[in-house]
Formats: sequence, C-alpha cells, structure tokens
Amino acid sequence: MNKHLKMDRPATERFLDETAQNVLGTPMDRPDGPAKAAGQATYAHEWQIEGLCHGVLVRATIPAGRVARIDADAVTGRDGVLRVISDPRMLRVPAQGGANEAPDQGPDEVAYLGQPIALVVAETFEAARDGALALPVEYDPADFTVDPDAVEPEVPKKKQASQGDLEAAMREAAHSVDVTYTTPGHNSAAMEPHAAIAVWNGDDLLLRGSYQMLKYNRNELADAVGIDPAHVRILSPYVGGGFGSKLGITHEAVAAALASKELGRPVSVTLSRQQVFETTMRRSETRQRFRLACDAEGRMTAVGHEVLVSQLPGQQFSEPVTQATPFAYAGPNRVIGHRIARVNRTCAGSVRAPGEAVGITAMENAMDELAEAAGIDPVQFRILNIPEKDPTSGKPFSSHTLERALREGAERFGWSERRAPGQRREGDWLIGMGMASAIRVNILAEAKARVTLEPDGRVLVETDMTDIGTGTYSILTQVASETLGVSTDRVRVRLGDTDLPPGPGSGGSWGAASSGSAVYLAARAVRDRIAEAMGADEVTLKDGHAIAGNRRVDLAGLFDGPVTAEGHVEPGKTMKETRQSSFGAYFCEVAVNAVTGETRVRRMHGTFAAGRILNAKTASSQCLGGMTFGIGMALTEELLHDPRDGHIVNRDLAEYHLPVNADVPQIDVVLLEERDDYASPIQAKGIGELGICGAAGAVTNAIYNACGVRVRDYPATLDKVLAVLPD
Amino acid sequence: MRTELTINGATHALEADARTTLLDALRDHLGLTGSKKGCDHGQCGACTVIVNGRRINACLTLACMHDGDEIVTIEGLGTAEAPSEMQRAFVAHDGYQCGYCTPGQICSATAMLDEVAQGWPSHVSDDLTGEMDLSDAEISERMSGNLCRCAAYPNIVDAIRATARKEAAE
Amino acid sequence: MKRFDYARAADVAEALREGQGDGAAFIAGGTNLLDLMKLRVLTPDRLVDINRLALGGIERDGDGLRIGALVTNSDLAADETVRRDYPVLSRALLAGASGQLRNKATTGGNLLQRTRCYYFYDIAMPCNKRDPGSGCQARGGVTRLHAILGGSDKCIATHPSDMAVAMLALKAEVEVEGTDGARRRVPLDDFYVPPGDTPQVETVLGAGELITAVILPLPAGDRQIYAKVRDRASYAFALVSCAAVIGMDGDRIGHAALAFGGIAPRPWRNAEVDGLLTGQAPSDDLFRRAADLLLADAKGHGGNDFKIPLARRVLIDTLRKATRGDAA
Repeated sequence: MNKHLKMDRPATERFLDETAQNVLGTPMDRPDGPAKAAGQATYAHEWQIEGLCHGVLVRATIPAGRVARIDADAVTGRDGVLRVISDPRMLRVPAQGGANEAPDQGPDEVAYLGQPIALVVAETFEAARDGALALPVEYDPADFTVDPDAVEPEVPKKKQASQGDLEAAMREAAHSVDVTYTTPGHNSAAMEPHAAIAVWNGDDLLLRGSYQMLKYNRNELADAVGIDPAHVRILSPYVGGGFGSKLGITHEAVAAALASKELGRPVSVTLSRQQVFETTMRRSETRQRFRLACDAEGRMTAVGHEVLVSQLPGQQFSEPVTQATPFAYAGPNRVIGHRIARVNRTCAGSVRAPGEAVGITAMENAMDELAEAAGIDPVQFRILNIPEKDPTSGKPFSSHTLERALREGAERFGWSERRAPGQRREGDWLIGMGMASAIRVNILAEAKARVTLEPDGRVLVETDMTDIGTGTYSILTQVASETLGVSTDRVRVRLGDTDLPPGPGSGGSWGAASSGSAVYLAARAVRDRIAEAMGADEVTLKDGHAIAGNRRVDLAGLFDGPVTAEGHVEPGKTMKETRQSSFGAYFCEVAVNAVTGETRVRRMHGTFAAGRILNAKTASSQCLGGMTFGIGMALTEELLHDPRDGHIVNRDLAEYHLPVNADVPQIDVVLLEERDDYASPIQAKGIGELGICGAAGAVTNAIYNACGVRVRDYPATLDKVLAVLPD
Repeated sequence: MRTELTINGATHALEADARTTLLDALRDHLGLTGSKKGCDHGQCGACTVIVNGRRINACLTLACMHDGDEIVTIEGLGTAEAPSEMQRAFVAHDGYQCGYCTPGQICSATAMLDEVAQGWPSHVSDDLTGEMDLSDAEISERMSGNLCRCAAYPNIVDAIRATARKEAAE
Repeated sequence: MKRFDYARAADVAEALREGQGDGAAFIAGGTNLLDLMKLRVLTPDRLVDINRLALGGIERDGDGLRIGALVTNSDLAADETVRRDYPVLSRALLAGASGQLRNKATTGGNLLQRTRCYYFYDIAMPCNKRDPGSGCQARGGVTRLHAILGGSDKCIATHPSDMAVAMLALKAEVEVEGTDGARRRVPLDDFYVPPGDTPQVETVLGAGELITAVILPLPAGDRQIYAKVRDRASYAFALVSCAAVIGMDGDRIGHAALAFGGIAPRPWRNAEVDGLLTGQAPSDDLFRRAADLLLADAKGHGGNDFKIPLARRVLIDTLRKATRGDAA
C-alpha cells in the first residue's frame, strides 16, 4: 500500500487545494516550540549517559607537513586523561554534502593549520581540554601555499561555458560594465557547535550527533570507521543550526566512535567554537569578474561571469558561484568561467546557499552598475531583462515570479521614494535605498517517509529527515494533517533517526518540498485505505472524520490496527525538461555615517515566491534568517586568513562578526501565493536559502545610493566606505 | 571540590573539579541541559542564566564561586507544559528556529525586562536619566549579547515587546 | 585550563595574603581571566576569589566619587550620580560588551583586561606579551585590531577597554593596596606602562597588589561624549573610540580632556592635545590641528591604516559636538 511517484509529469491535480482541513500553509506555531523554549529539546551533547568520558580534538599548528611525533605520555594518566588517540581513520576534512563515503582520512598528514590530528580523552571535559592544549607534538613541515592569488589556478573544462560572442557584444553595446567583485570566506557558525556522543553495543554503533543529512552521514561514518552501515545508527532529533556545516560527517563523529570502541566506554566529542571555525567547511572567498552589456533601450546583450575560488588540493567541491548565471538574465552572448586556486586553507564546502549566496549577490551589484550606466531604474532594468525561457538551455521555466516579486516588493517598500545617490541626509547619516533580485535554483530530491494512522485516529509521521530550524516538524505535521483531515495536535512527527525511512536531508533548500511530498504520498496511500474501508471512491477527511456520501465516520476506531504506508518521491522528467528556480526581490534602506563610514540597515523588505508555502510562519522565518545572513555578508562577516600560514585568525564569535540583534531591523517578509506543478507533487519549491541569494547586494547597492561609494570588496566595513567619503 | 548550588529553588551538591564552569556544572553534572554552550567564551549568550536576579554568561564563571547564590535557569522559568509568558511569546512569534540559542535568549529577555523596570539606560537611550522607553531599538540593543544565527531577531523583538506590554497591562 | 587551587578571600587582608606568589591570580568577574585560562593563554596555579570582599560600593569622596573595585559595570553605568555627573563613563560602559558581561565584569577587572590581539589569543602563535621573547606575529599578519600609536617593535596590541578610556578623560585615580597593607593612589594616566621591550608588563601594579577602588574627581567639564566606532552596531570592541570631557568658558574651551580607545596598547591620552585646545575658541581649524598633533606619530601596519583617518574624523566630530553642546 505504498505510493511511489517519479516526477515525470506536472502535478496539475493540486489535490491539496481541494482538501478540507485547511491547515496547510497557515502560520501554525512549531510543534517543537514549547520544548525548545523550555530548554527541554535535547541536542547532540545533551545525552545523559552513565560512564561518559570526554574527548577534545588536538589541532595541527603548521599549515602542511606530517605529524612526526605525538608525546602521548606527557599527558596520559595525569589529571584524568585516559588516552591520546591518533587513528589513521580519523578525518582530515569533513565530508562534503551528499558524499556518502568517508572524506580524506589520515590526520597525521597535515593539509591546513587547525586540522585535527589527535583526540585526548579524559574522565572530565576540563581534563581533556587541558590535555589537548598541553599535548606536545612534533612535525616534519612541508611546502605549502596559502594565497589564492599567488598560484596558477586550475581551469576545470566542465565548468567553462560560452555562447555567442561576448567580446564583440561588449564592444558594440550602448552600455556596458566590466567590474570585479570580491567576497571573503564565510563560516556557517551555527549556534550549536558540532558534537557527537558515541556508544557501542557489541558491533553496533549508536551515535547521537548534530547532522543535516542522516542517510548519507550513516554511510560516511560507517565507511570511515570501517564497518557495515547496517551497524550504524545516528540520532539527530534536534540540530542547533547547520547552514551547510553539518551536511557531511565531521571530525567529532569519527573520533568519538573510534575512541568509544577503543576505551569500551561512551565518549562525547564537541568541537570548540575555535575548531568550528578552523575545521568545518568555509565558504570559499571569490573573485568575480562581470562583463555585462545592454543596448540603448536597456536590453541585455552580454552576460560574462568569470570566477576564481579556492580549495584544498584534491577536493572535488568548488563554490558553484555561477550556478544561477545561465538563466538569471537574458542576453544572447554569454561566458561562464570557473577557476580554482589550490591552497592550504581550511576545506571549502557548503555554507548556506553555495553558489547564489555570493554569485547572485555580486551579480546584483553589477546589474545595479549597468542599470545606472543605462540610466534605467534598477527595478525596471531587471524586469526588462527577465528571459522568456532559460537563455542558455532554451528550456521553459517551470514558473517565473521575479517580475511579480519586483513589482509588489517595490510597491510595498516605497521604492518610488528613492533619490539619486547622495541626496538624502539626516544629521550624521546619509540615507540610501537599494534593491536586488533573489534567485535560487530549485531541486527535488529523492525522499521517503512513513505515515501511520493509529487505531485511535492519531497519526504518526516518520522519516530520518532533520529539522535544523527549518520547520520540518511543523510542515510535515501540516502536510499529514491536511491530507488526512486530522487536527495538527493529533499528528506526531518523528525525525532524525537513521532507523526511519530515508529523507533527503536538510540542504540545498530541497527538504520541505521533498520530504513534504513523501509524507503527502504516504498519507494519500492511507487515504486510499480509508476510502476503501468506507467503500467509497473518494472521501472527504476533516477533523478526524471521514465523510463519504451521507456517512460521517470517526477515524478513531475505523481500523482495528495501525494502517501504515510509505511514500516515495523521486525527481523525474519535469526537473530535466524545465528550468526551476525560486525567485524574490529585496529592498533595503541603509544609513551610512558621514563621519565614521559605519553602515546601519534601517529597513529591509523581501518578497518571495517558492511555490506552495507549507507554513507561512516558518517559511517567513527562513527568509528573515537568510536576509540577516545577507546583512552579515554585506557588512561584517569575513574569515581573516593569516597571510603567512593561511590560518583563520578571527576564529571566534567575538571577532568573526555575525550580525547581532542591533544590526537587524524589523525585516518585513511577504510570501507570494504560487503553485509550481513541475516542482513537486505538492507544488512547493525550496525557500530555505532563497533569502540570502542576493540579499547582501541590496544592502551594498543601498550604500551606493546613500553616499555614492561602490564597495566592490565585501564586506562593506567602514574603512572601505571611509576611504571614499569626503572629509 | 564540593559546592552547594541553589538552582531553581532546589539545592544541589556538586562534587567537581574547581575548573568546572557554572555552565558545565549545569549541563554535564546536574542534567540541566537547557542552558546551551555555543562558544564557551562569553561571545554568544546561549548559556545565559539568571544569578541573584541578573543575567550572566554561565560559561565565564566557575561553579565553585556560586554557593549561596540564587541561580535560575531556563528550566526554572517554565516548562513545555507550563511555560512562562516569555516562553509562550517566543513560540507564538517564532522567536527562534533551531532552538539552540533560545533558552539563553529567554533568560536574557526575562532579566532584561527587570533591568528596564529598574530604569537602567542602554547604549541607545537618548537620555541617560529619563524614563526608559522600551522601543524596538532598545530591545535590540539590550538583546545584542545573545546571538541567533537562524536570525530570528525581528521575531525575538516582537516576542519581548508583546511580553512587556502584557506585563505592563497586568 | 590548567589545574589550579581555588581559595576564597573574606576580606582584603586575606586576599592579599592568599594572592602572594608568582602563580597566583585574583578572580573577580572572571569574564576575561577564565576566557584566557580556557585557551591556556593564562595558566595561574592559584585563583583567589575576591568577590566577597567589601569593595562593591559607590560613595562620595570629597567632591568626587569612590568606586569600589568590585562594582560591576552594570551597576556603575546605572548609578544615578554617574549618569548625571559622569555621563561619559556611563556611555562608555554601555557601549562595551553585552548586558550579561556587564553584570559580571568589575571596575578593577575592566582596567586589567587583556588585549584582543588574535595572536595573543592563540598559543600556537609567537607573542611577546604572552610568551616574552617569542616574537610578535601580529606584525606582518592581520592587524585590523592593532595599534597606530604607542606600540613597540615587540608589540602592537591594543587595550580593549571602553570604561578605562572614559576614566582617563575623567582624570581618575586607581587605589591600590599592597601586601604590606599600604594603600596608594595612582593616576590612571600613570597606571599603564608602554610595551617597550616588555609588553607582558602592562601596569604599575606590583606582585600581589590589588586594586581596591577607582576615584573620580569632580568632573572639570560638563560636556561629555563617548564616541565608539566598531564593526557592528553592538557587542564589538572599539576600532576607535574617543572620550571627551569639555568645559566651556564663555565661547572658549575652558577645559579639555580627551582619551582614546582602540588605537594604542593602553587607553591613550596626549596631554599636549588637551593643552592645545584649552583656552581656544572652537573652530574646525583648531580641531584639525588637534588631530594633527594627536596623530603626528601614528603609524599603520596595513590592516589598521584606516584608523588614522578614522581617529582624525572621530576626534574632529566629537570636538564639534562637544563644543556645540550636543553632549551625552
């Protein structure tokens, strides 16, 4: 009685618009909220377990070379230190998202400063922490390189593209810009540091950890430790934020598992905040050259986007900066270039919205420059250049909401009040407005979920899918409630357990639409059983009752035992045959201090469309969060690498400046009503990352409008503004 | 060493290394894991607890320094079943997402309203000596010691404003 | 954090007794000491808890104010006399750290906070302040936080306090009690010593000496401003800050005391700048000359070059506002 759907045809049926419970899309409070607000939701490090010992990782203090000697005796046996573990199976770098196998292992080969090389395990955290810092280590240093601008970059063939004649188009254009933008490295900096507690029961490993994509994480962990995945169970019922940094298995999981096996005791390992900065994924810095051109009417003729990113030697992943460039704006002449500098810096990987977060942001700056060169309002300029179909592949868009978002957002924000650069001043503050488009590719990922109608009429939803703050508990509750006509308080959702049907994991914004679809399909299967039991072709389900013809039957008691079904959704032809993307528009008002160059965001608005919205509250919060990431990217966030050894010097939350409450105004978010039949059976698209994809561009465009300073080197810290401000 | 801690009105005998912070004592020794460790260096506020009526970072103080103090943690403010007004407001306004910074935010906000009631000014107060008006800017400034990477800040401000108004009305 | 013995002192005499010896450290708020101990930047063998000492009061001291060393930053900022008569101090305190930290951090401890230099904070890096003779890794490294004035070949770290900057402009004195029980008062301006060849030595405090109070004289100027420039709107250390205590004598500047944060290894003051301003009619030309004088010896290290024009702008703007009467 399971239901499987391969998304080969558009879901034009829109079944969820016909159901009767009317709870889907409503701003329901999160069911996990009361426990979180009371401190009763338990995260990875919070497992109360007898005999737990504590492990702290030791960092390499050179950027490249070999660990020659670890003087374990210097700390072992003192102060409750039990063991110093340096196992070739420990990780050198975390697994990239979806790796599904162990990443580079062998910690005694050092690839970057800060790489974990050993684990000190002690009876107490205090002893382990001190042992880890006191452990004497000797190295055989090797040659290294840390400056992305100083090495000959790799030019991967697959990542280059060209059509038409960009250079001719630039020459012949009425207006053009050839500008280079740079963005620095970023860290996800989730509030919960990476943590794991490992316990073995014979050959079976149970790990409570903080990870985003459990079905892959299980295989990665098993592969690293060298056991069959069937012997690994991971629990991540609550994840204290991820933003990409917990996509793949990380150092602490493997270290905890190995230590626990060796000592025969449960072991916890939590990264210190400094280690989170040094050893979890960084978003690569980028250098992005834009060559954009348009005709006298403002119609674009050229889109060139060539980028340089950096990565450790040997790593496949490189920041997909140009991911949305092929379809963002019209123009027949196009070039995409992608180069990778191999450097001994912390591994580069996914940080919220890899690709568009930096790629669309800088694109939106370059678009602002071209709009100005053409003398056209930036909103109009974008509307003018929305392509009819994907200008690179020729595929139709599954839906395109950018124009609507731009128009409605501009209206709501009061864009028409914008003046020419440097025209508005209030005391010490120069006031300006800026805008940017939001563009993020949409992906449906394979997902399974199980739905059970209990004999008492309650509903249980189960999947290994995670809720990293994204609202999974909420939206799966609502999908099940809506499909089965059961009030939300009678639905329970179990997540984050690899024993449950595999979901897609939380990443790439695909979670809600993919898992939501799996739950929907499973619930449809249960619906079919209800209809069958009622002897009807179709039933109406509402408030725990089934209605068919003139019969109304309580779901409680309809069946003697539980009715269970599994839903399984897979991407299919609709993803290949259409270009799918979520869209939106940002509008921002900043104040730039004429004395100090400090920028404050005074107002910010985002209008977004992402297909069917499953919960207006959690979707809106995701957008708020993304836009705040954008404020951080625009103004404060930057990984500072030492120029000599490449290590991250601002490796804590005092000096890596996440936005604080005072940096963020009461951001306004509007979600547009939309259904995308090509995206998923529930007409939903991804929204988790949309809010960051371009947001920083709206802020820096506003800085330009406020004071006439184009900061092309992110973040727009006061020194860069000051350099160009008049006395 | 042995320390007697008074937490949420109950006495706990702690036998721990002198190096144990109040935060680690709560989380690792006493099973009170509601207080979170986000940075362990006073840079995020996730560990905020209320000691003798004042919010502090539990990660930057030693447990052994607190015998005789009245310590209130998130567990002492309310439960999932019987939440405090502030806890209720955080849920209603979605003043969180992943939930990890949330207990610290709520402890901080609860104590912050007391600071305002006592007339303490803030960095953004126009007048140091006047009556303290709880504007959004005031709430934001006073809550800036609590980072939220999910960035629920606007909703946190909404939740705190709503709670303050409700308390004022009572 | 290295193992240590913990002792709690009941009074100043006991604290001074317990605090003798090389490896001993006093702990009050602990917000900086524990931070550094966790990283093994500081490794005391013995912690003497002074929180129960009777040093938590703010009282009149002649025309001025005597602030006990254990008065928290919060209490000091909220004190009605401070808010009314020493608003620059209130403002500086409120511009620093967070509500939680201000509730723990104390007056004495704040004066003694250590630099936020990235390299000081990382025991894998050479640092003359942390490990004398090992070298200064900040030179040639990332220097956004670093000093443009008062540094040496051995150290270019900055002092991070906001409070101390305001106190310096208020001509505070530090009351210190030694192991012999004798109390002495040190002008705050003489309390900090330049890094020179020994950046590990930051103040004139002798071994085992304890700060017992800070004394503020009656302020000589009623126009008080604390301007702080930082990388985010709140909860960040100063890139540049300026405390100004200005008294007008008719349309001339009768009293000028300026102090600066974020630009030097200590809260910075240049008496010649104050002298230049005193007795003069306010003008942009005068303010520019003051800035020239303040920054005559300023030297950037790449990442902090911007602090020179920034300090200049902040100084001029602060003087404009203070002499115009836009004060706190």
